Amino acid sequence: MAEPKRITTPLSDEVIKDLHIGDSVLISGVIYTARDSAHKRLIEALERGEELPVDLKGQIIYYAGPAPAKPGKPIGSIGPTTSYRMDPYAPILIEKGLKGMIGKGNRSDEVIEAIKKHTAVYFGAIGGAAALGAKSIKKAEFVAYEDLGPEAIRRLEVVDFPAVVVNDCYGGDIYKQGLKEYGEV
Amino acid sequence: MREIDVSGITSAVKKLCMDANFYLGDDVKKRIYECYEKEESPTGKDVLSQIIENIKISENDEVPLCQDTGYAVLFVELGQDVRLTGGDFTEAINEGVRQGYKEGYLRKSVVTDPLERKNSGDNTPAIIYTDIVPGDKIKIILAPKGGGSENMSEVKMMAPAAGVEGVKEFVVDRVLRSGANPCPPVIVGVGIGGTFEKCAQIAKKALLRPVGSVHPNPYYADLEKELLEKINKLGIGPQGFGGRCTALAVHIEVHPCHIASFPVAVNMQCHVARHKEVII
Repeated sequence: MAEPKRITTPLSDEVIKDLHIGDSVLISGVIYTARDSAHKRLIEALERGEELPVDLKGQIIYYAGPAPAKPGKPIGSIGPTTSYRMDPYAPILIEKGLKGMIGKGNRSDEVIEAIKKHTAVYFGAIGGAAALGAKSIKKAEFVAYEDLGPEAIRRLEVVDFPAVVVNDCYGGDIYKQGLKEYGEV
Repeated sequence: MREIDVSGITSAVKKLCMDANFYLGDDVKKRIYECYEKEESPTGKDVLSQIIENIKISENDEVPLCQDTGYAVLFVELGQDVRLTGGDFTEAINEGVRQGYKEGYLRKSVVTDPLERKNSGDNTPAIIYTDIVPGDKIKIILAPKGGGSENMSEVKMMAPAAGVEGVKEFVVDRVLRSGANPCPPVIVGVGIGGTFEKCAQIAKKALLRPVGSVHPNPYYADLEKELLEKINKLGIGPQGFGGRCTALAVHIEVHPCHIASFPVAVNMQCHVARHKEVII
């Protein structure tokens, strides 16, 4: 494995242009959790012409709904949920300035196109390694839609959060690349 | 007749919820270690090493392996010489789930109405399959089922003429189309036969078989082996980043079926293949 690239949020175009599929990265700074229901509400807010509860410019959304925190811990186990369910919403948020997404699984052609067009990036985190995933999160607080419970939007402060570049701003896709490299059929 | 107070069921289910989410079975761990040794893809190997580290953290800290602590699915074998006292059987199980998910700091992942989608707040109701069996004991198997892998599952009502080649094509294609979504390396549960719903249920039950065990019927044991080899040639690899280890195991369950029917179900299970059992 090559040395992981250390990146800090918010993400600039310059940093994103240096990321290529298969790169291991360690993310530090602030990231926001949002999944199905929170995305629905964000888009509904935009449709009504309202301001979003979070300024997404340059930010990363982590598709995740953590387990409850044990006493004395900032957060419970946390790992990525499957990203395709957010595909209908992601291009709109990317247009609004969202620069990164963390999840797992394939994205739609529309999302990949938006990633290219607006110089964004999609990272994969390891699904099912959520006890380990919680270790890089130093602080967590609700910022919106707390009534959604695990689906609320949380602001996470992370240090060296491990992820892999799945879709880069050049149209690359690690999943397609992986099949090409290791598939025997 | 043996009398069992349902409060015993509640406390047993509560413990199963926590144990299943904190401690992965030795059979699954062993297979993951083997895959780590064999994986050729550097990224895939790194993923497997993090999965192994995660298992250790969960055990030591008693925190859930995955944040998706699942929908509580229970298979209960109720001895016909048992007389349940002290309350309602189903409610006793639901109370166990309620307590286990609360005290174990497990995520509540159930919405009460599929369209309204409001969280039930306590991970109930559980899904309970009960078989009445001889004897005076109760066996409870609890398998918390994650949504990511469940969503990649499918039932297909095939024509009998499709035969075993049709089964192979369907299963391998289902895994290929799932890609990284179900969190590979996966366990693939295959149900063949029965009716529409029975087929899906035996596919789920197949996931409970110990990893490393072989089907008692040599024909199906060979088919499991062949399917596993085919799946691991797809190249999906750990987390879909490319590699040799896409599936840890393929388990098949079969059931008699109608002369006109040939149902086949694939129930996908992520590497966090959780299930614990108890006999009361």
